[in-house]
Amino acid sequence: MKIAIPIDEKSLKANVCVSFGRAPYFLFYNTVTKESYYLDNTAVASQGGAGIRAAQVIADHGVKALLTPRCGENAEKVLSDAEVLVYKSISGTAQENIDAFIGEQLNLLNDFHAGFHGHRGN
Amino acid sequence: MRIAVLSGKGGTGKTLVSVNLAAIAKASTYIDCDVEEPNGHLFFKPEGVQEEEISVKIPKVDNELCNGCRKCVDFCKFNALAYIKNKLIVFDDVCHSCGGCILVCPERALTEKEKVIGKVQKGVSGEVTVWTGILNTGEATGIPIIQKLLAEDNPQGDQLIFIDCPPGSACIVMESIKDADYCVLVAEPTLFGVHNLNMVYELVKLFNRPFGVVLNKCLEEDNPAEKFCLEKNIKILGRIPFDNELGTLNSNAEIAVDKNEKYRELFSSLFDTVIKEVHHETITNS
Repeated sequence: MKIAIPIDEKSLKANVCVSFGRAPYFLFYNTVTKESYYLDNTAVASQGGAGIRAAQVIADHGVKALLTPRCGENAEKVLSDAEVLVYKSISGTAQENIDAFIGEQLNLLNDFHAGFHGHRGN
Repeated sequence: MRIAVLSGKGGTGKTLVSVNLAAIAKASTYIDCDVEEPNGHLFFKPEGVQEEEISVKIPKVDNELCNGCRKCVDFCKFNALAYIKNKLIVFDDVCHSCGGCILVCPERALTEKEKVIGKVQKGVSGEVTVWTGILNTGEATGIPIIQKLLAEDNPQGDQLIFIDCPPGSACIVMESIKDADYCVLVAEPTLFGVHNLNMVYELVKLFNRPFGVVLNKCLEEDNPAEKFCLEKNIKILGRIPFDNELGTLNSNAEIAVDKNEKYRELFSSLFDTVIKEVHHETITNS
C-alpha cells in the first residue's frame, strides 16, 4: 500500500510538515516493499488552490492513504473522490508516523478546515 | 471629477474622509468600493435603494465530452480544476473567471455558466447619490463589482465623485483608482502608519495619479507620517485631530459635518484644498 506524508525535508527523519498544500516536499512510501521516494511539491508557491493541486499529485501517484496534521476542504474533496484515506499524523518524524500507521495507531482526520483563501491580509 | 480616497490598511479613516467630503460637496456621488466590508451606507442611510446582482462566468464541464487531456488543469494558475477518476472537478469558489480553461479545451467540454458573486446598490441621501458594492463572502475577487460601480456612474459636468477604496494596495485598489483624477491618501501618525502610507504612495506614483495626504488622528507629539510627507515633498491636504467627540460621532455612524460646526469647518477647509489641488492638477496636465 502506498502512503504519502507532507514533510519539511527529504528524509525519513524529517518532521511532518504542518501544512499539506504548502508543504515543501512529499514522501511516498510503499508499506509492502518498504521503498520510498520524495517529490518537490509544485503547489507550494501557488497563488491559490495549493491543496487542490497537491491532492491531485497525491492521487496521480496512486496513494491510498495520506498522513497529515491538517487538510483543507477543497483538498479533502479531491482526495475523497480519488478514494485516498486521510489520517491525522502524530507529532514526530515521518518514520515514526509510518510505524504508527502500520501499527494501526493513527485515526482518520475528521475536521477539514475551510482554508484561509484570500484572508491572509491585504 | 473622480476623487479616490485610499490607505494602506483598514481603519485609517478612508470612510470618515470620503463620507464627510461628499456630504460637504452637496450634489455629489459617493461610491463605496470597499466591497468586502462596505460601510459608507451606514452613514448616509440612503433611501429608494435599488439593487442589481453581479455575476461572473465560470466553467461548466460536460464529462461526456472530456477526454482527460488535463490541459485545463495545467492551465489554471489558481488550481480551480482537478481531474480524478476520469472526471473533471471544478471548484467554483477558487475560479477567478479568466475563461482560459474554456479556451484551451480541445474537446469543447467546457462551457460558461453564470455565478452571482455579489451586488451593487444605488440610493439617495439628501443630495448625495450613494453607490455600494457588496461582495458575497468567500468569493475570489470583487473586481467585477468595482468595474460595475465605476462604469455605471458617470454624471455629467463637474459633479464630484468620491471613491471610498478598499484598504491596501492590491489589484482591487488598483481597479478603484485607475481612472481617478485625484487620490487622497489617509495616514495615521505611527511608524506602522508610515509603512502603510508608503504602500499607497508607491501605488499612486506607479499609476501616475496626482495625490495628496490627509493626516488623521493627529496628536500634539511628533507625527511620523507628517515627517514622511515632508521628506518626500508630498502635499499635505489637511489634518484631522485625534478627537474623542469625532470618534464617538463616527462610531455611531453619524456624519460629523452634519452634527458639529467645528467639523463642518474642518472638512470644508479640507474640501476646498482638495478641489484646489484637483483643478491645479487638471490644468497642469491638460
